[in-house]
Amino acid sequence: MRLQYPTNIEIIKVPCTGKVDIIHLLLAFEEGADGVLVAGCLEGDCHYQAGNLRAKKRVQRVKEILDRVGLNAQRLEMYNLSAGMGTRFAEIAREMNARVLELGPSPIRLAKASKTMAKAA
Amino acid sequence: MAMHRETDKIGAVLVVGAGVAGMQAALDLANSGYYVYLTDRSPTIGGIMAQLDKTFPTNDCSMCIISPKLVEVGRHLNIEVLPDTDVETLEGELGHFRATLNRRPRYIDPVKCTGCGDCRKVCPVMAVNEFNAGLDLREATYIRYPQAVPLAFAIDRQVCIGCGLCGQVCLAQAIKYHDVPVKREIEVGAVILTVGTEVFDPSGLENYHYAQQPNVVTSLEFERILSASGPYRGHLMRPYDREEPKKIAWLQCVGSRDVRTNSYCSAVCCMYAIKEAVIAKEHAHGDLDTAIFYMDMRTYGKDFEQYYNRAREEHGVRFIRSRVHSIDPDGECDLRISYVDDRGEKQSESFDLAVLSVGFQVSESVKHLARRLGIGLNQHNFAQTDPFMPVATSRPGVYVCGTFQCPKDIPQSVMEASAAAAACSAALSEARWTRTKSKAVPPERAVSAAEPRIGVFVCNCGINIGGIVDVPAVREYARTLPQVVHVEDNLYTCSQDTQVKISKIIQEHNLNRVVVAAWTPLTHEPMFQETLIDVGLNKYLFEMANIRNQDSWVHMKEPERATAKAKDLVRMAVARARLLKPLVEKPLDITQRALVIGGGMAGLIAALNLADQGFETIIIEKDKELGGNARHLGHTIEGRDVQKFLHRLIADVENHARIQILTQALVVGFSGYKGNFTTEVLVGPGMYERKIKHGATIVATGAQEYRPREFLYGEHDQVMTLLELGHKVSQRYEVAKWDRVVMIQCVGSRNAENPNCSRICCQGAVKYALQLKDINPDLDVVILYRDLRMYGFLEDYYLKARNQGVMFARYDLDNPPQVESVDGKLRVTFNDHILNCPVQMPVDAVVLSAATRAADTEELASLLKIPRSADGFFIEAHAKLRPVDFASEGIFLCGMAHSPKLISESIAQAMAAAARAGAFLADVSQTISGVTAHVDQSRCAACLVCVKTCPYGVPHINRDNVSEINVALCQGCGTCASECPAKVIQLAHYEDDQLSAKIRAAF
Repeated sequence: MRLQYPTNIEIIKVPCTGKVDIIHLLLAFEEGADGVLVAGCLEGDCHYQAGNLRAKKRVQRVKEILDRVGLNAQRLEMYNLSAGMGTRFAEIAREMNARVLELGPSPIRLAKASKTMAKAA
Repeated sequence: MAMHRETDKIGAVLVVGAGVAGMQAALDLANSGYYVYLTDRSPTIGGIMAQLDKTFPTNDCSMCIISPKLVEVGRHLNIEVLPDTDVETLEGELGHFRATLNRRPRYIDPVKCTGCGDCRKVCPVMAVNEFNAGLDLREATYIRYPQAVPLAFAIDRQVCIGCGLCGQVCLAQAIKYHDVPVKREIEVGAVILTVGTEVFDPSGLENYHYAQQPNVVTSLEFERILSASGPYRGHLMRPYDREEPKKIAWLQCVGSRDVRTNSYCSAVCCMYAIKEAVIAKEHAHGDLDTAIFYMDMRTYGKDFEQYYNRAREEHGVRFIRSRVHSIDPDGECDLRISYVDDRGEKQSESFDLAVLSVGFQVSESVKHLARRLGIGLNQHNFAQTDPFMPVATSRPGVYVCGTFQCPKDIPQSVMEASAAAAACSAALSEARWTRTKSKAVPPERAVSAAEPRIGVFVCNCGINIGGIVDVPAVREYARTLPQVVHVEDNLYTCSQDTQVKISKIIQEHNLNRVVVAAWTPLTHEPMFQETLIDVGLNKYLFEMANIRNQDSWVHMKEPERATAKAKDLVRMAVARARLLKPLVEKPLDITQRALVIGGGMAGLIAALNLADQGFETIIIEKDKELGGNARHLGHTIEGRDVQKFLHRLIADVENHARIQILTQALVVGFSGYKGNFTTEVLVGPGMYERKIKHGATIVATGAQEYRPREFLYGEHDQVMTLLELGHKVSQRYEVAKWDRVVMIQCVGSRNAENPNCSRICCQGAVKYALQLKDINPDLDVVILYRDLRMYGFLEDYYLKARNQGVMFARYDLDNPPQVESVDGKLRVTFNDHILNCPVQMPVDAVVLSAATRAADTEELASLLKIPRSADGFFIEAHAKLRPVDFASEGIFLCGMAHSPKLISESIAQAMAAAARAGAFLADVSQTISGVTAHVDQSRCAACLVCVKTCPYGVPHINRDNVSEINVALCQGCGTCASECPAKVIQLAHYEDDQLSAKIRAAF
């Protein structure tokens, strides 16, 4: 289908969203991600029965943490779609990108960048 | 030279037709130790299922569920996929056939073609795209669909102008303009015909104006309209003006149940029309009005009735019982449907789009094939079969399954495909593993302690990657990454010659980690892993960066950014590769014995087939006698003697050296895992205990007839169930004296208490009505029904019953018939829906088509940990593609324990379960995947989170009071690892540090 979406999205493969761990979501933000999207199977269609429902709860939990530390829960979102929904994936990628652009760079990334600049100076 | 004696059977099977049924039969046989030639007329495999958008009743995406099967078939060492191939002749007999195959030229070498699609881009000629049911165009160089297997293009020479452009751009040099037909002779022991059917072409039905009106489409065209990969990219539009329709009508029985075209019922159209209506509503942006014009709503399958109810009640699909007269143009492009309603009154209504629910029919080419192969056809030109041997054709050794046997849906086709495989497997068991290929695997090199030495291979994929991404720059960048000792780029990293090259480089540079930056691991990872295995490197020391599907293809207009992203993806892959560990795939020990729970028709057939396949089998039956419900049946609707067949079957089972029967036996314990089960049974009146060790389990516990509480049943002795009528019909003398009998359908089915349809009672009523008419042609038989569900060829008997004067009158759930006893005589009152007034009649007997209800299996289900639905029937692993498997591996399901079904369907399903169990037992080289969860028990706090989290119930707290995960049972989803609060569970190959490294490397 080769539907175009923004280049700043990089995909990390896991066997099931059930394997998407809170520590990994947080790590991505800690490393400077402006946004993270979790793409799981449609609800009720999980190949491993219920991994996507577990992931949904964890995403909710991390959203709370993000809000608490001032990162904005909007930077993280879980979407449900099937492997046959390429159009939807491209749509989601664009949607998430637009949302993150509106939110601006993550404060963590900015802090890291200024630190590196300070070091360099 | 073959080492076998002349008389030895040939351990290979020819499967003709590679739709979903052909693929399933091929996989079951190849996994059971037979070499399979899988032919298809088209350039690819997948059949009609690949064209469907969603599948009922689960609304799964069709392509999503079929594509793993395509890949599995395409990669199987013992399946030879032969596209573009016709079978010309078949000589010989069971065990020793010789078939001549003719491969038509495809003009592109599928071995060299990498599927990159550069040829299509330059092709200047367009042709009708048959995959999208003719709704759009494709190039003359084409591939049916992107997931096709083999993933190779073909040239349609009927439209090709021979310009030569594709030949010039094909870097793989796969174009062969001078390709010619190739004949080939093969030897096989048996043949399976899964040639399928075509959909009816409604052009000849002038009253529907299909040929003239663009907004009259067939249901297959509508599938493509709904499909995300279809001509409109999944946007609901009508062909004439590409506007979104606001009102859509479906017309049922187009080319089915119609004496002008095909008189049989096509068995699937009611369900797919409901599905299409519901999905169309989901796709619509505003309110969409959907109406289905039908005669009888035939939602007879498992969970189908609830699907129908939801469509009507929750989605607001309108169901109009009617006979449609015509579809006429209305204005510029709208359509007016004229019909006669339920009361016999003329009506008409305007719609934006009309979908003709077209049925199945046998194509001319299949009729010719049947003639060439010497296969008998029935009056409808489908393969002639016997209800007791549903997958055997008239020629011994040639089997049939799928829609060419009779119109049917996907699960039924898949089931029959496994049944046909079972028939071959039993017939050829002595030749198992004689024709199969196996691969010699060199010993594995130890790498754990060694410093990572990473090789990075970057693919250009012709110009698919290299045309956008600066591949040399990515290659040079990879060289700078720590521990990378070799880099290179290839034109096609996936091609066979590159595999040879990679093997050499791994050895020369002593690589112990390999990263390929190319395309999707989904199709290509197993192939590269094989290359690693061939040079003694553990297959888990491999990582892919998908710089095509996730980069060059989706960022075509931003080459610089795409190059930067490719570098990121490679860096991330290398970071993870560094931490990859070799994993051991432990062999699975499999006890070569099967246990069948239930000694009814299904259990007996399954046991006999498994024993014929060569496996020791034990049957457990709770009653004193074998035979189950079949003991109470006289003849099938086709007139075949059930008792005669059952007695012979029981004798065969009792005399089989490999079968042991335990009657009056009760399962009281069940433990172990796939390949290694232990079942505890109490046997006989003495209740002595036995422990049985077995590798596979088949559940065939049957169902029972509902004891009605309605219609004076149990109060008046002339009110009886169908089974009870059956006894009286066999005895003849009582029924011969009757003047009038009324049969009432759906007693205890399709109501609030039990929403399911019991599937078999309509044919039961018609069968006994015909038998009663045989005994006494003057007898009045009245059948009071709600929808007459005479699917497939059963429709013939409905017609016959009407011709013989059986009266059919419809009633509604909210206005059921009344049965009274007046001075001991029975009287029935019902509302005639055409006259719209009550009709009253004295009768000699009232026969209730009582529901088929699940047997009491609550305890068994809890012992085996297998799921049941709310109504007590067992739930299979997947409603479409795994109809006889349980989600727990090594346990299988058949017969009425799954759902109500006919004897012929129970037999097919039992054989299917035997095929699946047989394939599981036969494949002794099975290993346990390395991707499993492991507990660091020294740090486990036994908090039970993993125990509660695992969807498969695998973790348990052991005697040392710590969590233990049996790797043979672990499915590798990693949910427990993510939930473990102490982080002491790791999912191998996706360990926390491996993922963390990848995340860190992204920045």
